[in-house]
This record gives sequence, structure tokens and C-alpha cells, in this order.
Amino acid sequence: MSMKKPIYFDYSATTPVDPRVAEKMCRYLTMDDGLFGNAASRSHQYGWDVEAAIDEARKNVADLIAADPKEIVWTSGATESDNLAIKGVAHFYRKKGNHIITSKTEHKAVLDTCRQLEREGFEVTYLDPEESGLIDLAKLEAAMTEQTILVSIMHVNNEIGVIQDVKAIGELCRSKKILFHVDGAQSCGKVEVDVNEMKIDLLSMSAHKIYGPKGMGALYVRRKPRVRLEAQMHGGGHERGMRSGTLATHQIVGMGEAFRLAKEEMATENERVRMLRDRLMNGLSDIEEVYVNGDVEQRVPHNLNISFNFVEGESLMMALSDLAVSSGSACTSASLEPSYVLRALGRSDELAHSSIRFSIGRFTTEADVDHAIKLCHEKIQKLRDLSPLWDMFKAGIDLSTVQWSAH
Amino acid sequence: MVYLDHNATTPLDQRVWQAMQPYLSEQYGNPSSAHALGRAARAALDLAREQVAQLVNAHPSQVIFTSGGTEANNAAIKGVAFSSTATKPAMKMVIGATEHASVRAPAESLQRHGWQVERVGCEESGIVSAHVLAQAITGSTRMASVMWANNESGAINPLAELAGVCREHEVLLHTDAVQAAGKLALDFAASGAQLMSLSAHKLYGPKGVGALIVDKAVSLEPLLHGGGQERGGRCGTENVAGIIGFGKAAELAVVELAERQRHSLRLRDYFEQTLSRVLPQAVIFAAGAERLPNTSFFAIPPLEGRTLIMALDRMGFAVASGSACGSEQHQPSHVLKAMGVATELAHGALRVSFGQQNTESDVDGLISALQSQIKQLQAMGAATAWS
Repeated sequence: MSMKKPIYFDYSATTPVDPRVAEKMCRYLTMDDGLFGNAASRSHQYGWDVEAAIDEARKNVADLIAADPKEIVWTSGATESDNLAIKGVAHFYRKKGNHIITSKTEHKAVLDTCRQLEREGFEVTYLDPEESGLIDLAKLEAAMTEQTILVSIMHVNNEIGVIQDVKAIGELCRSKKILFHVDGAQSCGKVEVDVNEMKIDLLSMSAHKIYGPKGMGALYVRRKPRVRLEAQMHGGGHERGMRSGTLATHQIVGMGEAFRLAKEEMATENERVRMLRDRLMNGLSDIEEVYVNGDVEQRVPHNLNISFNFVEGESLMMALSDLAVSSGSACTSASLEPSYVLRALGRSDELAHSSIRFSIGRFTTEADVDHAIKLCHEKIQKLRDLSPLWDMFKAGIDLSTVQWSAH
Repeated sequence: MVYLDHNATTPLDQRVWQAMQPYLSEQYGNPSSAHALGRAARAALDLAREQVAQLVNAHPSQVIFTSGGTEANNAAIKGVAFSSTATKPAMKMVIGATEHASVRAPAESLQRHGWQVERVGCEESGIVSAHVLAQAITGSTRMASVMWANNESGAINPLAELAGVCREHEVLLHTDAVQAAGKLALDFAASGAQLMSLSAHKLYGPKGVGALIVDKAVSLEPLLHGGGQERGGRCGTENVAGIIGFGKAAELAVVELAERQRHSLRLRDYFEQTLSRVLPQAVIFAAGAERLPNTSFFAIPPLEGRTLIMALDRMGFAVASGSACGSEQHQPSHVLKAMGVATELAHGALRVSFGQQNTESDVDGLISALQSQIKQLQAMGAATAWS
């Protein structure tokens, strides 16, 4: 067994902090640079200096999504942003209506928040996506009622990487005067986001998915027409009362720098990442019985979610321990349940169980991809050689007709 | 520039920064990931959880990491209020009059849900006494929230007595220990409180991370949903580097507590003794209470607080008029108001909070700066403006 570090193919779970980002962050921590102050301190230079740095970061984040810096609210991450957006709208507009629409393939931060609102008496419609993973606009429109106050649809899915047509959804919502929240944790910095063109009212963002620090995020909250929220964290009145708590300067500066770099480098980086992903996809395509999950075209270049039929996902992950990959989202990887996202796409339990998500990023190389291809060929062959199901399949037995005896 | 505002925030300890660094570079795994990088991050979190638990003599399983003290306070107050075990839909909460905004505001937000919230007054010395708390508790009171030590005055509340009252009336006690941790020896297990809030950046750890310590018998509705982190108690990808930093800062605070206390107490005593000698009109607030060793809250009539702070800033001294979180408002401190301090005197309030890196010469410099301000004011004949 080689003791070297596994090759990282899990950029959708989290990314390393870009060294340029880390370098900027560390200036705002210790005594050395004198930039450790509390931004809420109005009485001395230490406070003012960090406030300026926070303003710059706010502008960098706003620039990536074509927003105004005043529309950015700092949070501790996309989970908090999702909670704040959805509960904040629900609680503020409760008198206007009690219905929320989302989809079954959203991140748990959206789904669990909606479940909580159901316990509070709200009604939630969970749309079934098409087999491609995309939302059918007609189905969305059909779900809208007089009571609908919010639609929450993610931009890019974390497991399968498909890109929803948020512009079309935004237009539909605006025409119906329904607020539109987008979980952009997996999209910001990977695809173009323009909150005005897409008519997005609330957008959740995460730093650590795009080479910034963990524990840092933001929520875009539209000012024109103004979107109101009930704060979920009360206190000193930071962030215009929408989110209290001492601002974590280094974290904010890190997110700002990560977003600035993303804007600058997105086009060239995506091209390189797409080349690597396609190389990986092509390299695996000659394995028998492989299925790509989710739409291949409407998809971020970083993601390849693929099922190897007749191979159990957990065993495959163990066999591929030289590769850091996931069998679903990191947030559900502790459970052995098949991915609820793949199930919602109509994939069978077997295929959902045999899925692997490769996510590619800034530091992935061609050699990494070639190694992964080689390893997958070897290991899948080995696992299938041990599999009676594979033998039966190769013998031409239709497994769906087999009567399994209970034991 | 001499930094004398350690109750607002502290610089990160270099040793803490060193512990954090790997988690901002090669150790970048998501603790929820099943692969080796993820497991390494998970193991590091476990260690930090033990370190933070040790800071307050809690069990590691009682530690829920949050994005800071404000979140911890919100999670405690709303978590109890909205938990399924709240048998009646709306009940009563009692909070101390000198609480931080991050306790006051979430408590007030409960009023919209039909809760009754009562603020109990404090003594002239700044402490909330047990008998006053007992008077406010009624049959419908579910929870009390009283801070361990006040951020402005430094006054230390008699937590054991307060907890005794709560226990007697079967009321949950939450304590905001954000300012006390790292400055006093805290014992969650012995305190009698069921919930305790902590923050890393007040004890030379990073900003953006804190913890809520919770007795397992308390049922809490989480503030953030989705993903199941912190055993469902606080969802969202963990701020790994921040939590590691908090753990290291907690460990250092335990090891160095006595030395830090000695150091800051020596400076504070030296400062207050000199101040009283050279500017005898100075009034030191909460002097009658047991106080945090590093905090001095005072006024020097007829100097006006805000003007003085700006002047001190120009002269190279960073001090505060009270809490950083209230520093955008021009109202006098709610803490002084609760202590019954006259508004005029309260307008002159200044808070100096010492830290590890301060020296006696910092104190000497500050005293000279204060003296020069008094002289300048007298020269301008503006002293009459006070009345």
C-alpha cells in the first residue's frame, strides 16, 4: 500500500484554501499587522482598519454576482444563508401566505429548513425533477398558488452538478410576484451568476466551495424591489440587523479574495477543468455498464457523477482509497442510504448505490485523472470478478426477473 | 498604538495561529467526508472539542460549536423556547438587566411569540443578586439567562447562588460566559447552569467561532437546520480551522490562566490606583463588585466619553466607551443605567481592558494621556460645558 496522500477528487465537498487567499487572511489575525480589531469598535483605528477591509471584501463578493455591496449579508456559511433566507422570508411574509415550493434534489440545508417550517404550519411542495435532474417549468408553475410566498431552487446541484435554468425560473417567479431564493453554494465562481438578469431575490453563497475558508458564507438580499427578512440571529444589530454577531474579519477577507479570484479566473479555469472532466469521462466510458447521472450538457464542468452497475458504491470507495471521492454529498455520506438526489431522478436503488461523485478543481492535474482512470478500471474489474450478480448478468440472465428467496 | 480593548476582541495568539495553519492549507478535508482527508479533519475537531470542554470542565459531548458567542446565545434562548418539551406554547423568560445585546435581542424576539420577558435589575455594584432573580421567577418561568461576568463593568455575578434559585424553582439557567472564559476558572459541571455560551476571539482565538455548552437533559430546537453536523445540534460544514484555533486557545487559557490573571490584575490595580491618585475626581464603576481582573470601567468628570476616546485614539490608545456592539449608538451604556449611574456621569464612561501584551508603560502612557486631556480641557475653559 502506498502511504502517499490520496488524490483529491472531492472539490464539491470542500476545497483547499487557495494559498493567495490564506496569505491575505493571515494578515487579519495576529498582533503583527495590527489588523485584528473588532469591526464594530467605533472608537479606535483598530476597528476602522478592519471595517475598510470588510467593505472591500463585500464589494468583491457583490461583483461576482453583479449585486450591490449593500445587498450582501455575511453569514457563517451556506447552511446559515439557506436557513436565514427561507425562515427569514417565511416568518416575515407569513401573513401574506404560507406556501413554499422547492425541489427534492435540494441540499439538506434547504430541505431540513423546509421540514422545520412544515412543523410550524407552513405548506411545502417538493417538486420532482426530470430524469435529467432539471426542473420542469410547467410543473413549477402548476404548483404555484395564491398562498405561495417563496420558491427555493438550487442553481447547481451538489451531487450531480446539473445547472438549473434559474433565469427562466426567476422570470416566472417575478411574474407571479413570488420571491425566489437560490442556493448558489455550488454555482458561485463556477458559472455566471447575475442576480438582476436572473431575477434572483435571495442567493446563498459559500466560501469553502470556491477556495475560501470554511465557516464563512453570505446571503444576497435584494434591495430593489426590497426583500424583507426576519433575522434568525439577534444581537448587536450587525449587518443592518439581518445577522448579528462579531464579524470574523479574516474569514470575510478570505471569502472576498476567493470570490475576486474566481471572477478573474473562472473562464480559463472552467476550460481546463472541463478538459480534465471530459478526459475522465472518456477514460471511464469503455467500462461496461456505466451510467452518468444527471444531464451531461447542462452541468458544471467540475462534476462527474457516475454509476458502475453491479459494483457496490461503498466497496468501490474502499477499493479506491487512493482517491478521495464521495458516494454522495459529504453531508449525507455518514449514512448508508442511497443518494436521495439520485432516487429523485428515478435511478434504481442499485444504480444509486453504485454511484461515485468525482469533482475536479483548481489543483487537479492530468496525471491525477489518468491515475484515476487506471485505478477505476482495475478495481471495478476486481470487484465485478467477485460479484455473482455480474456473473449472472454476463450469462445473460435478466436480474429483474430473478425471484430472490427470503432468508 | 497601544491596544487596551481586549474585551472587544483579542489578537490571535501566534501559537493558536500555528495550530490553525495546517487546516487552511494541506488539511482541508470536510469533516463529513468519509475519505482519509475528511476523517483527519474529524479527528482534529474531536481534539478541539476536548480542549474546549476542559476550559469549562464540561464533557466533550456537551460542546456544540457555533459561529460565535452571538449564535450561542441565540441558540440557547430560542433553542429552549422553541424546543418540543416546552409544554406550554408561551412561557416566561427572565434575563439580567446588564446582559449583552445578543441575549437581550433574542429574548425580546420571543415576545413576538407570546413570551413574557422580564429584565431583573442589578445592584449598584453591577451584580444581579439571587434574591432579585427569585422575585422575578413565577410558576410559568421556563428559563433565566444571567451572564457570568459583564463585558463593560467586569462585574462577576454570583452564579452559584443564582443557580440555586433556579434549581429551587425548576428553571433552566443559561449563562453568557463569553467574557469570563479565559479570565476566570469556569466549572460548568459545578456551576448549576444548564447552558453556557463561549466565544473564541475573546481569549486569543479566532473570530467567527464559539460554542454552546449544553447539559444533555436539556432539549434544544436547533437554530440552523440541514446536514446534521454537531449531532444535529448545529448544522453547516464546520469551521475547521476556526474550531482548531478555539481548541488551542482554550488549552492555552487553561495552562496560563493564573499567570494571565496575575498579569492583568497587576496592571489594572496599578492603573486604578494611579488614576485615583492623579485624577481624584475619577469614578470607577462596579468597584464594589468582584470583577474580571483585566477590566476597568470608569469616568473622569467632566471629560465626555466619546470625545475622550477619539482624542486617545489620536494619541495612540485604543479604548472603548463600553461594548463594541453598542458603539454605533450614542446612548449611554445600559449597564450603567441599570446600576443607577446618573446619565451625565455615564456619558463619560470609558472602558480599558488589559491583555497579555500590555505593560506597565502602557498604563503610564494612558495616565499621562488622560492627564493631558484634563489639562487641555481646563485650558480651554470648557469644563463648564459639563454642567
